[in-house]
Amino acid sequence: MTLILHWLLALGIALMLGLGLWMVRLDYYHPLYQALPALHRDLGLLLAPLLLFRLLWRGFNARPELAGARWEKGLARFVQAMLLVVPILMVVSGYLVSTADGRPVSVLGLFEVPAPRLEIERLEDKAGAVHAWLGYLLLGLIGLHVAGALKHHFRDRDTTLTAMLGMKGDIR
Amino acid sequence: MIRMSLVLLFLLTALPVLAVDYEIDTKGAHAFIEFRIKHLGYSWLLGRFNRFEGDFSYDAKHPERNRVKVVIDVASLDSNHAVRDKHLRSARFFDVKQYPEAQFVSTGWQDLGNGKAKLTGELTLRGITKPVTIDVSDVGHGPDPWGGYRRGFEGTTTLKLSDWKMKEAKILGPAAEEIIVYLSIEGIRK
Repeated sequence: MTLILHWLLALGIALMLGLGLWMVRLDYYHPLYQALPALHRDLGLLLAPLLLFRLLWRGFNARPELAGARWEKGLARFVQAMLLVVPILMVVSGYLVSTADGRPVSVLGLFEVPAPRLEIERLEDKAGAVHAWLGYLLLGLIGLHVAGALKHHFRDRDTTLTAMLGMKGDIR
Repeated sequence: MIRMSLVLLFLLTALPVLAVDYEIDTKGAHAFIEFRIKHLGYSWLLGRFNRFEGDFSYDAKHPERNRVKVVIDVASLDSNHAVRDKHLRSARFFDVKQYPEAQFVSTGWQDLGNGKAKLTGELTLRGITKPVTIDVSDVGHGPDPWGGYRRGFEGTTTLKLSDWKMKEAKILGPAAEEIIVYLSIEGIRK
């Protein structure tokens, strides 16, 4: 279950980052100018329950013990926690941008998530700036996370990465 | 003594009417700066600037002495769609971080009779100053019910986005090269 959650979220987050970076560069007359942001909002709101479930899952399950020096453990714990916190904050800030003028945001045309009544002036600018910076932060965190995984595999020659890929070894 | 006072009073009332200074009533929101631009060439998109202030001086006898000055808080633009406003405030268009204020300072007033006039002035937008001409019509003037005196005008002018080097304005397409600005201004006598 932890593995499925991990890779589902990894796929979702990678898609969201790619979509986000791509869609803001589109020309107004590009055929996907409307479709990509709509898809980005749909996926973002669908990721929200998954992220919250992952947070609960983390709370109710024992975490594997970490290998390495104290600073390595500390860094790994910090990056792993941030990899959950930052996407959650990105969903919140993205939702605030989409609903800043009080309009609800639709999910796949099936249902609508209502707008909060915050009455914050220029919320779209503030939440938008937070959303963008969190995005760059998340790219950096993913970089660190991937570097850690590769270090386990190639330098420590342990089974952390293979276990995460569901091949062999336990998640220690 | 009484005669002298009467003479003085006569002299005072007989003096030519001097320019009267008005403060634009933005506090009571009896002044509006609206813009309209074509969307894809198929419809008009309306927006406005919610915050600005200014004053004008009106001289009925010597209209060429009329003066107007308005300072606009560009970030207060409102097109009734938060993400669009966000785009318009960005460096692609108004670049409000770099240029938070726009300013109009009049340079001339040509009376055309029948309550019409041509107001010329310099508009500073995105740090670029260009001359503009506003077609002005008199709307009305007189005492208000609360002890003040008010005077109102409306005006229209057409601006070209390219004149203010809105870098990405061209992405809006050929139908959106011009923006029509409509002004409704009410001043309270100072």
